[in-house]
Amino acid sequence: MDMQVAKKKLGLKEKYQVMTRGLDWEPSYQKKEDIYPYASYEGIKIHDWDKWEDPFRLTMDAYWKYQAEKERKLYAIIDAYAQNNGHLNVTDARYINTVKLFLTGVSPLEYMAHRGFAHAGRAFPGAGPRVACLMQSLDEIRHAQTQIHALSNFNKHYNGLHDFRHMHDRVWYLSVPKSFFDDAVTAGPFEFMVAIGFSFEYVLTNLLFVPFVSGAAYNGDMGTMTFGFSAQSDEARHMTLGLEVIKFILEQDPDNLPIVQRWIDKWTWRGYRVLTLVAMMMDYMLPKRTMSWKEAWEVYFEENGGALFKDLARYGITMPRCAETIALEKDHLSHQAWGTFYNYGAAAAFHTWVPEKEEMDWLAAKYPQSFDKYYRPRLEFWREQAAKGNRFYNKTLPMLCQTCQIPMLFTEPGDPTKICYREVDYQGSKYHFCSDHCKEIFEHEPEKYVQSWLPVHQIYQGSCFPEGTDPSAEGFDPLAAVLQYYHLEFGRDNLDFEGSEDQKNFDLWRGQATKNG
Amino acid sequence: MSTVFIALQANEDTRPIIEAIAADNPQARINEAPAMVKIDAEGRLTVRRASIEDRIGRGFDLQELHINLISLSGNIDETDDELTLSWHA
Amino acid sequence: MAVAAIGKYEFEPADALEKFHGAQLLYIGWEDHLLFCAPFAFPFPPTMPFRAVVEEVLPGSFGYHPDFARIDWAQAEWFKSGQPWRPDFDKSLAENGLRHKDVIRFRTPGLRGIAGSCS
Repeated sequence: MDMQVAKKKLGLKEKYQVMTRGLDWEPSYQKKEDIYPYASYEGIKIHDWDKWEDPFRLTMDAYWKYQAEKERKLYAIIDAYAQNNGHLNVTDARYINTVKLFLTGVSPLEYMAHRGFAHAGRAFPGAGPRVACLMQSLDEIRHAQTQIHALSNFNKHYNGLHDFRHMHDRVWYLSVPKSFFDDAVTAGPFEFMVAIGFSFEYVLTNLLFVPFVSGAAYNGDMGTMTFGFSAQSDEARHMTLGLEVIKFILEQDPDNLPIVQRWIDKWTWRGYRVLTLVAMMMDYMLPKRTMSWKEAWEVYFEENGGALFKDLARYGITMPRCAETIALEKDHLSHQAWGTFYNYGAAAAFHTWVPEKEEMDWLAAKYPQSFDKYYRPRLEFWREQAAKGNRFYNKTLPMLCQTCQIPMLFTEPGDPTKICYREVDYQGSKYHFCSDHCKEIFEHEPEKYVQSWLPVHQIYQGSCFPEGTDPSAEGFDPLAAVLQYYHLEFGRDNLDFEGSEDQKNFDLWRGQATKNG
Repeated sequence: MSTVFIALQANEDTRPIIEAIAADNPQARINEAPAMVKIDAEGRLTVRRASIEDRIGRGFDLQELHINLISLSGNIDETDDELTLSWHA
Repeated sequence: MAVAAIGKYEFEPADALEKFHGAQLLYIGWEDHLLFCAPFAFPFPPTMPFRAVVEEVLPGSFGYHPDFARIDWAQAEWFKSGQPWRPDFDKSLAENGLRHKDVIRFRTPGLRGIAGSCS
């Protein structure tokens, strides 16, 4: 890069003042509370918005300059990757299933984050956070767009990527990330900032982007590596915003502490539950692995998150209590998650498989406390049965958690042989949860979570069939109708990787790429 | 003392930046991973504009870091001359 | 506690009984058999005999497991909301006191999953 550094007229600090506060004005003929109607109902007290400062002191003019540079680099690489049939350089075609899960599960959240930060920015009476939220809102739509562009290249060649937006609003496992973000954007602006800006961006996204994107690079997927790191370059600013938000709110009024602590507890857990998908991607779906989910958790949450919460202790903030539960789950999470997708591989828009022997040995080495004892017997049984033509497809719909919407696959803290069941009676009806934390979240705001659109219940209510379907017709096949409603083509987008069209095409094309036909 | 970190893409833009950080922060540990470099340091880490300029032979605006930045941790303070990451506790 | 909101915040529960076309939901889990990743959710008419659930429905859902054929139903231990419970196989779900969204589990003594791993 050859970037000219212009002679500065103003120092960074002065320029930041001029380009944020300097652009703001005091209203003269409208009341402030009419202009900012969402600024106080959550109970957060702010006395002086001018105390807010972005430590990067980034202003819009510099923002455009650097973002443009990032985009130029990104698209040059994406174009080169596509022109060179880079998809044939990935380790093996199983890898592409991680991209399918990412596009259908994560990219639509980037778009929702764009909307969420635009809304929060509009709602805040302070010029500093408004400018920072504006930048983040623009970043997030950039992420959605660059991910869609980068992954559209895979859609030309592989199945399951053809209708990601439609699927995001309907497919059972995608209700987990979707409902997580819908929960955040339907909260007030302060809770949204703590939920997404702090708990998700600061505490958890490193786990999504850093080891996973580094893993994409390791598996030869330069397209995903590029959009991933380009997005992550914005994340550093988002994380900084998230941390500043917390510090700012806490410094403004002592009454804010209990509200903020409760939001941190709630959203660390909500975000962690969504990362269940990432745990399984790292341990099971990357053919070449960089680090295990457990190792990533230890580095990015226990070590870095631990330092963060120690730093925030001066405000009275404590480590979320769910961290203790999570520590007990880290030996089990990815195995239980992958087992669930193996169960329901007929209803997923990507392929599943049993890991090969060497992969199981890697898992055993990374998870000496759990893998051989609890998970290897299960996987080996499935492999034996599949070899006999009796591949396991679970055809009965699972019970879901009312809060996180994940099937009730999690085990009791400290006992991996027992499913964790929790329930609450509320207004004459029963509600079920996967954990104490999901139960507590419900109990605090039951009016919100009784509205959960649980895919299994919606299927049984008859809401998940294509328009015009008659479920009382002779020979009606509900599963087939649900897959049609999802726009998921049976036998092509789903089922085992072994024998899939993706597998056959990849082998054929790779063969053509390495020798004359 | 807690650890702060900064993670950068591994490319020709960042090679002199990483060298500068290593020279200015003797306590820093450089960890290379596929396509990225993560630099951990106890308590505090400083990125100095002048050290980078010495290595690249041109003017450098610290905000150019954003282009290749992957992640970081710690409280940030940025001026025209330095970017510092630190924990208070 | 209540949701912090700018106005009245009251909404219908998404899963009220009347939305299931005459069925009620029943969740069933098999202890020590986590090859089935989670308990199952079923829509059953409240008039359905409990025996029909065990003899006509469960084989389709749990029959893949080699332990299933070895179950001695007379020995099975049942739990409702985690508490010990005894179903009457010849009575209906409603007569057994099962209501919409109840959760029951059964344990099959001596059967501990694939190679005793609770799978």
